[in-house]
Amino acid sequence: MTRLSNAFAKGSPALVTFVTGGDPTPDATASILDALVEGGADVIELGMPFTDPMADGPAIQLANLRALGAGTTTADIFRIAAAFRARHPEVPLVLMGYANPMTIRGADWYAAECVKAGVDGVICVDIPPEEDPELGPALRDAGVSLIRLATPTTDHARLPAVLEGSSGFLYYVSVAGITGMQQAAQASIDEAVARIKASATIPVAVGFGVRTPEQAGAIAKVADGVVVGSAFIDLVAKHGADAAGPVKELTAALAAAVHSARKEIA
Amino acid sequence: MQHRPPAPKAGTLQIWTSAAPSAKRGAMNAQTPNSFRNQPDDRGHFGQFGGRYVAETLMPLILDLEAEYRKAKADPAFQAEFDDLLEHYVGRPSPLYFAPRLTEELGGAQVWFKRDELNHTGAHKINNCIGQILLAMRMGKTRIIAETGAGQHGVATATVCARFGLPCVIFMGATDVERQKPNVFRMKLLGAEVVPVTAGAGTLKDAMNEALRDWVANVHNTFYIIGTAAGPHPYPELVRDFQSVIGKEARAQMLSRIGRLPDLLVAAIGGGSNAIGLFHPFLDDESVRMLGVEAAGHGLDKEHAASLAGGRPGILHGNKTYLLQDDDGQILEGHSISAGLDYPGIGPEHSWLKEIGRVDYTSVTDKEALDGFQLLCRTEGIIPALEPAHAIAAVKKVAPTMGKDQIILANLCGRGDKDIFSVAEHLGVSL
Repeated sequence: MTRLSNAFAKGSPALVTFVTGGDPTPDATASILDALVEGGADVIELGMPFTDPMADGPAIQLANLRALGAGTTTADIFRIAAAFRARHPEVPLVLMGYANPMTIRGADWYAAECVKAGVDGVICVDIPPEEDPELGPALRDAGVSLIRLATPTTDHARLPAVLEGSSGFLYYVSVAGITGMQQAAQASIDEAVARIKASATIPVAVGFGVRTPEQAGAIAKVADGVVVGSAFIDLVAKHGADAAGPVKELTAALAAAVHSARKEIA
Repeated sequence: MQHRPPAPKAGTLQIWTSAAPSAKRGAMNAQTPNSFRNQPDDRGHFGQFGGRYVAETLMPLILDLEAEYRKAKADPAFQAEFDDLLEHYVGRPSPLYFAPRLTEELGGAQVWFKRDELNHTGAHKINNCIGQILLAMRMGKTRIIAETGAGQHGVATATVCARFGLPCVIFMGATDVERQKPNVFRMKLLGAEVVPVTAGAGTLKDAMNEALRDWVANVHNTFYIIGTAAGPHPYPELVRDFQSVIGKEARAQMLSRIGRLPDLLVAAIGGGSNAIGLFHPFLDDESVRMLGVEAAGHGLDKEHAASLAGGRPGILHGNKTYLLQDDDGQILEGHSISAGLDYPGIGPEHSWLKEIGRVDYTSVTDKEALDGFQLLCRTEGIIPALEPAHAIAAVKKVAPTMGKDQIILANLCGRGDKDIFSVAEHLGVSL
């Protein structure tokens, strides 16, 4: 069992939370990550800031720019990750971001840094299965999960290619669009998750546009996990270095809704 | 990869002689004995460059586009409609022109121009837009989006959308909207909606990000007309193919006018669509050398937009190519006097052609481009755009080093009407 598989084997759906590393400053990120854990998040996604986050809506774009504006570097992200791992030995930590910062020093370098910092998985927005050699083999060789995205445009014929070489969980992007926009209709999420779960042997977490405990709870009735990002980013934008309190409060509300949505035999 | 090689000095240019092709090139021919014109491979890679680095949402559409492009390429009716529009709507073939007074002034090789600035809408951009809108309609798409920097591609896209009656949304950096007001007005006259993009520095790179965001949210009905030979496969290939009309015509015109091929081709490069359009049909003509001219801005040791000279390979906007970036892979802002060259990347085929040594690349500064701009006005009565002014500046340096029996063919890819205000400002003239 890995930290990631444990997180999805607790007997209830998992709450996956995203914040951008270095937002508002590299030093302030630790307290925000701790608030997510204390609030009850099961998996932490730490965003690696990038100058050109072209799959993200305005909220996460601005978070990227705030982080870079505060001088956040790739070294800072790995420092944040390593310190998190030291404080929280059991909570899975996933890096999420774009191809260029992940591959610029070579995929092997990146995978080795992930291992050193105790990172469990990587989500790369702009490396589809067709370009897997860019990053996938290095991560798999290092024992780091490559977590791929499936979307409403990923049809039945294409799904096996997306699942091939994926591990940890599959991130189902519920809307064809960018982060932080409107949520998809619940019926379409139910249908898609059922379809994907029929093929997937790994857990399926659903994200994009999920902001409230009510939405998260509804998705958790069908999915193995629920991803919430922009709602946290909005709190960080509003409260800055003092965001830990509000972040913990929102996490607790989301966790209560997600964890109680469906009970399974562990 | 962490070490950045020292940037070459701005404006240095190798001397061209009629003998002695570079050793580098000889070695390359040994590696690729067949053709330089059979790229990309079936995964969209030009050597290590190119590819399809896009979000999963777009991937199925990119695959559809590729399949539809293969069918269109093999369909004589598609080609016939493209050719017909180029002839009667765009005004092709564009003339091939010998520049006698410029040649005399430079005192070396004969200088010829491919006159793509005479196209409808005033630049080479329209060639590609005609091809892509025909593809969009083949695919049943009902809405067109595009990014634009200087506004030339935006105007060309708005033009073909008006011609075919499709709604059109143009993403343009807010900074560019401010400094390119005449083109913004042109796009609006043509019925396009112009969306100012305030993210980042508000220039071309940010406009492209925003166009990708729109596309991802509207994949079901929207076609993205990319303006240069870059982006995810198959865009670099199809934009090159549509722009190759420039080089095909020029090659035939040279042969019919003087019975020989030029010795050197010269073209300016931002993303590189006019350059690849001119170069590609000549790539297997061993006697023809080629020079791509990047924008060195204030100088390669200062702010510039010369991705090949001052950048290194990375992944942005769907392809792997040379990019201006820092050690962490964060993308840097490009700078050039020419808004059309002001992009921190370059089309992936150029990155490949540089690495294999088939094409040489150099760069000229803002100041040199301004000098080239005025030189062409004065000697030939042609006001060029600031983009080809970079090519002219390179011609100015290289022609005197070549023999009078040698021939340079440069691409005059756009006219300068759009640039007279910024040129006046740089020359300290108030209009």
